[in-house]
This record gives sequence, structure tokens and C-alpha cells, in this order.
Amino acid sequence: MSTVVFLEHHEGELLKGALGVLAKAAALGDDSVAGFIAGADVEELAAEAGKYGAQVVYVADDPRLAAPLPQPRVDVLASLVRDEGFDTVLFGASVLAADVAGGLAARLEAGLNWDLVDLERRDGELVGKRPALGDSVYVDVGWRDGPRIALFRPGSFEPEAGGGEPSVERVEARIEDFSLAATMVEQAHEERTGPSIEDADVIVAGGRGLGAPEGFAIVEELAKALGGAVAATRAVVDAGWYPYASQVGQTGKTVAPKLYVAAGISGAIQHKVGMQSSNVIVAINKDRNAPIFEYSDLGVVGDVHEIVPKLTELVRERRGS
Amino acid sequence: MKVAVCVKHVPDAAAPRRFDPSSKRLDRSGEGTLNSFDVHAVEEALRIKDRDGEGEVVLVSLGPVGAGDSLRKALAMGADRGLLVSDDAAAGSDLVATSRLLAAALERENADLVLFGQQSSDADGAVLWAAVADRLRRPLLSQAAELELGDARVRAKRQTEFGYDVIEAPLPAVVAVSDAINEPRYPSLKGIMGAKRKPQDTLTAGDLGLAPDHVGEEGSATTVLAFADPPPRGDTTVIEDDGSAAEKIVDFLAERKLL
Repeated sequence: MSTVVFLEHHEGELLKGALGVLAKAAALGDDSVAGFIAGADVEELAAEAGKYGAQVVYVADDPRLAAPLPQPRVDVLASLVRDEGFDTVLFGASVLAADVAGGLAARLEAGLNWDLVDLERRDGELVGKRPALGDSVYVDVGWRDGPRIALFRPGSFEPEAGGGEPSVERVEARIEDFSLAATMVEQAHEERTGPSIEDADVIVAGGRGLGAPEGFAIVEELAKALGGAVAATRAVVDAGWYPYASQVGQTGKTVAPKLYVAAGISGAIQHKVGMQSSNVIVAINKDRNAPIFEYSDLGVVGDVHEIVPKLTELVRERRGS
Repeated sequence: MKVAVCVKHVPDAAAPRRFDPSSKRLDRSGEGTLNSFDVHAVEEALRIKDRDGEGEVVLVSLGPVGAGDSLRKALAMGADRGLLVSDDAAAGSDLVATSRLLAAALERENADLVLFGQQSSDADGAVLWAAVADRLRRPLLSQAAELELGDARVRAKRQTEFGYDVIEAPLPAVVAVSDAINEPRYPSLKGIMGAKRKPQDTLTAGDLGLAPDHVGEEGSATTVLAFADPPPRGDTTVIEDDGSAAEKIVDFLAERKLL
């Protein structure tokens, strides 16, 4: 069996989600685990991929791949999979990765299973695990034959450093005309400090219970003290209190950090599906009957405006900062 | 401009949903509804037609005969006609088989713009448009939070993990819109009455030139093997704040080595 992992990158760094998938692929004990990097001036990322377990890194370095758009990547990856005979192609989910995986499935007439949280080998066959129907049931999914394509939910696997120097293979980018029809006019970036919510080990999330947009200041302070990222519910994003990129839930991101602190979040099902696979959940809410208390490890009934700043202070003391 | 909107009839999420253990498919026998994410795509298509003062909005759907109910809801909002691909042989289609059927139906319609909603609420899928765009060999824009049309081009503001991109493509194109793009209208009484008289066609896989072994489970490349309960969460402790809640949270986090 031979696996290639789509290694997405942003501003000169490989994404943690993709590196986690690379670690998973290596742990499955494949004959060889390869990474695929597409972009412009990206060759130096290959060494980084090696550190995280890629034995071979295929690099498509081409100015036409500079913008993070899916269709040219489908062309190059489809040729690579065919030419090298890969039977498994794995992706850490993202806006870009989902579009590449979907296009690749059609191009190769290959099976795509999405939203997986795990992958294992059972009697020689790969079996994926997919939470479904609001994570109320876990479905074992498989593939008829190769190539098998999978998209993993963010936070499913931890990256593991400890690899070596990879062998780097340059890939020629043969791109179809229709794949170049969509063009990037402006690649914008929201101002952000600290890790993104996909990459963070700790997430502090705020909801309506913060009372006002200014209420997010206490959430930001706590996130900073814990070295984490800030997330928000759909209600407050819709209300314009916080940017969409931070939205967790059914219409936002699905995250699974080591610690999720929910401040002033009632935890309706739409939010729950985006964060319930977090390792440890701590919730603070003034309503004793808030649904979030049903699936938190520690629930605190109280006022976020009193508890969160105090907690921030204690965390700072404890961490000596 | 002719806009085709792909819509899905899904089991009502407010009612209990289950997988049928024998067929291993989602039980679709209960009450169904128009996928809420697709309503935003229908709304966006109607706004384009309203703005131009002309054009056509065609609904394209794959599903059981009951899916006609959801098409009628979108027709009541103002869409002009519906095309339902319905075939027992197509039941259980995965991504490759579904995209084959939809692409074939969309080829017939040859719309200037094909719109999708951002995901299906039953399968949580958010990949179908990419597969369809590849089969149609048309440019693809996804996660569009804003859409601008003009001069035979479409421009979208794409929401990603990192912020907003602006992407442009010539028509014909395939676009998946996010649910942040608009507030959908409610059907008027006149719209609801009129929807019954709007044309709704039903086609089989054979009508689209697809052999039975290219659709449904036979034409699919993925399989569903088994179902299990979600892994249990540990016990929940709920405490009332008596002034020492912050200390208790810190102790809890320290015990779990999270500080």
C-alpha cells in the first residue's frame, strides 16, 4: 500500500492538520509515506515535511500554483496518483483541501470519505470512522477499491516530529485550461495574533452570554494566558461581534483541541457538533439548564464576567507569566 | 441569465434520524425538508433574476419521488421550474455516482451559472460541487459569502480559515454559496399557490444516458460497513460558583496537566 498526503501550507508554513494526517499515515505502517506540496517557491517546505514523517516529498513548484485554488491542484495531483500508482490519498480538511479532494474523486472515479476522525487497517482493508447525524452515531466506512481518498476532521491527529531527510521529487505541473479560469483577485488576511483555531491545543470560545462585543476582551485575555486561540458561536458572528474565521459549529469549523473553554455559550446542537470531540470541555454559563452542561467535563454555573478574569489571573500566576 | 440551483431533499433534522441497519442507508421514510443550506442558493439565484429583470431559475435535484415536496418549496420562493432525477437504481449513490448523475442533468440544462448550498445537513458533505465542476470542466468558486455578476464573469468573496479571498471566473461557472450570503425570503401565499402549476420534470438515470451499474450502490466507490455508539464522555461535574469557581477550574486543569 502506498499513501500520499496533501500538504497544505499558508504563509510559508505547512498546516498542522496536514502534518497530523502525515503522522497518522506513517503510523499505519505503509511501505512508504509520501507528501505532496503544490505552490510557488515552496521547495524549502519539503525538508519540513520530512521531519514530520514524509519519506518522499513530491513538489509541484509553479507560479500558476501560487494562489490557493483547487482546480490546478486536482490536475497535478491526479497525474501524480496515476503515474506513481498511489492507492491512498489523505487530506486534513480545510476549504481548499475539500475542493481538491472532491475534484480528485470525480477525476479518478475514486471513493471519497469525509469528516473522518480515524483510520485503521482491519484484515488488510482500510476502515474510516465518521461521526454522523450530529455525532450521535459513529459509522465505519470503507472503499471498494483504489484509489481511496479521505478527508479528516481538523484536530484528529497530532503531528509527530522525528523523521529525517526526505527524498524530494519535482513534479511537472500539467494544468488544464479550465482549471486556470478561476483566478485570485485579492488574497486577503484577517489580522490575527496567536494560533488559528484549527491549529490550537487550547480554545477559549465566547457566546451571547458575554453580553456585548467588548465582552470578548476577557475571552481573549484568557486565551492568551493559556496560549490558545479564540473561537465564537454562530450567534455572535452573525451579530458582528467576532469574525467568521473564528466560528465553531455546524456552519463554521469543527475543532477538537485538548481543552475547550466555553464562556457564555448555551451549547445548542449547532455549536455542539463543532466542538464535542474536544478532549476536555469546561463550560461557564449562568443558566443551570444550558445544554452545554450535558457534555462538559466541568460545568460552572456562574457569571462569566466574574469568573473568567479571575481564572486568567490564576492561570498567569500558575504559569509564572 | 439561466441559473441552475442544485437542491437536496433531506430528513427533517428536528425529528429523530437513523440509519436503516439492513440497507445501511439513512432512513428517508420520515418527514423530509429542503436542505436549509440550499435555501440560500435558491435565494441568491432569485436575486440575480430580480436584478436582471429576466432570466430563468431551474432547480436540479437527485432524490426519491418525495423530493418533489422540497422542489415545490423552492418553486414557491420563486424558482421557475424543477428537474428531479429519481430512480430506484440511483438510491445509495455516493459522491462519484451522485456527481455523475447531477453533472449529466446539468449538461442538459447548460446553465450560465450553477449554484450549490454550502453543505448537506444529512450527510454533512461539502464536496459535491467540486466533483460536479470537475465533470463539467467548469471553473469553481466555493464558500462564497458575496457574489457579483457582470460582463459574463462571476466574482466571489470566499471565506477560508485565514480570512476572505476575492476570486473571479468567467461564466459558465459552478459556485457554492455560504449561508452567510443572504437572508432567504419566505414564500408568499401567491407563490405557494402558483408553485403547484410550475413545471416539474422527472428523469431516470437511463434518461440521462447512465447505465444502472454507474449509479446507486453499484456505481459507488465507497461503502458503509457498520454503526456504533459514539465513544462515551467522562462524567460531568457541574458546580455552582460560590466565589471559588476560578480556583476550582485551575485545580481541575492542573490535575489533567492542561496548564
